[in-house]
Amino acid sequence: MDKILIDSLSLQYADGTESLRNVSLAIPEKAITVLFGPAGGGKSTLLRCLNRLNDLTEVRASSGKVLIDGENVLDPKTDVIALRRKVGMVFARPVVLPMSIRGNLTYGLELAGETRRSRLDEAVERSLRLAAIWDEVKDRLDEPAIALSGGQQQRVCLARVLALQPEIVLLDEPTSGLDPISTGKVEAALQELKKDYTIILVPHSVQQAGRTADHAAFFLQGELVEFQPGHGIFTNPRDKRTEDYVTGRFG
Amino acid sequence: MQKPLHWREIIITRLIQASGYSAILFVAAIFLFLMREGLPALGEVKFSDLLAVRWYPIEAYFGILPLITGSLIITIGAMLIAFPLGIATAVYISEIAPRWVREILKPLVELLAGLPSVMLGFLGILVVSPFLRTALDLPTGLSAFAGSLLLGGIAVPTIVSIAEDALDAVPRSYREGAWALGATKWQTIWRVTLPAARSGVLTAIMLGIGRAIGETMAVMMVTGNAPVLAITPGSLFAPARTMTATIAAEMGEVASGSTHYHVLFFIGIVLFMISLAVNIAASSVVFRAKKRAERILS
Repeated sequence: MDKILIDSLSLQYADGTESLRNVSLAIPEKAITVLFGPAGGGKSTLLRCLNRLNDLTEVRASSGKVLIDGENVLDPKTDVIALRRKVGMVFARPVVLPMSIRGNLTYGLELAGETRRSRLDEAVERSLRLAAIWDEVKDRLDEPAIALSGGQQQRVCLARVLALQPEIVLLDEPTSGLDPISTGKVEAALQELKKDYTIILVPHSVQQAGRTADHAAFFLQGELVEFQPGHGIFTNPRDKRTEDYVTGRFG
Repeated sequence: MQKPLHWREIIITRLIQASGYSAILFVAAIFLFLMREGLPALGEVKFSDLLAVRWYPIEAYFGILPLITGSLIITIGAMLIAFPLGIATAVYISEIAPRWVREILKPLVELLAGLPSVMLGFLGILVVSPFLRTALDLPTGLSAFAGSLLLGGIAVPTIVSIAEDALDAVPRSYREGAWALGATKWQTIWRVTLPAARSGVLTAIMLGIGRAIGETMAVMMVTGNAPVLAITPGSLFAPARTMTATIAAEMGEVASGSTHYHVLFFIGIVLFMISLAVNIAASSVVFRAKKRAERILS
């Protein structure tokens, strides 16, 4: 079933640069959909449309629709705060908030009004386990999160998103700053997560795209060049440009 | 092969070195002078008499306690006004204001920080203290509170300017991280941006205190300058006198080398110690923050 339906979405930044050109895409639920392509292709911009984080940058013109569960989230009447709880996001550089590990995990829940200690503790453990970092931090939950390594911080950020029990998880090059071992841990966690969550990943390399994708979309300069359900895009690309990129002829 | 002598290089380096050393030398000289002129006061007046509550130098009463409490109550009052106002303004400029408002406000605030305090003293005498007298039904508007109001006004631009820089330096990604978790603008400011900018905000507050406690002219013009021990809450609305105002008012008329003269310098030493303590506190906060940042980077 399709969780997200993007319907002829176009977007322009205030300085006139075009970021997305008439993109239409259906994203299936409970799977990893990968958006890949060279830098500047509009992948991050598209992710940021899904949780309306683009509201905070200066976006001039946008047309088209983004339907999540049948509702157009670009509608100005949308409750953005509720939307962002439903659509969690992990950034390229891990951004732990300036507080303890536990504080990072419970922050979103406390914002949502959860005060019961038992529920908070439960969510901390559950989401840290899901992000495959529980064993590494369970004895030092009250230490500042900033003291963790980059790979650990990124998984704490993932756990922090999961603590809110979102339905969709957006990941914008989540492993671009991580070593191969940490990257492997994050990818393994994603494979577990896709059983329950709809995951949209912007990978930092074609190799990662190939490793993680259930479905993949190739973006070039704001345009969706090709989308294929399943792994076909890597083995049997239909578009010449996709083939050139996947085989490493450019990019 | 002989290394050629670069005379120009040597002379320029020496000149820069000399001006660097002279700056240190001047500060040291000022300090020594202050000590030489001020410390004899301890030999001429009993220490317990210095800590008495009566300042009446003509009759040889040299109790500096009223002056210290006067300075403190006015500074504390000023800070109670300047903290919330300064921090709130900084948050507004950095986090909430649209870009064009920010581009007008920021230079304006920096301009205010450079305003000569005598100008504010004028304002205090002509506007603030008559207003306080009628509004609060006081015998005179020239009170510690008027001084606090003015000093608060003087400290606000300093606090705003530095705190705004600190808030501005918080990476955008921190805010986006909080927004992506469903935090509102205010929740993000209160729980993420302000704590992340904590050390810069503390520095701003410390420098604000430094600015307030060292201020002379504006305070002298509006506080009424009565050396009364200020320890009850009510004394905020009575005339008071600060250490700086005492030095400024009496130094010109005192016989050089007299006891009174030495005591005035001793007040200078006390003031110097307070400023030093505030500065050390400020820089240790900054230093600690820097050390933490270095540890994270390593």
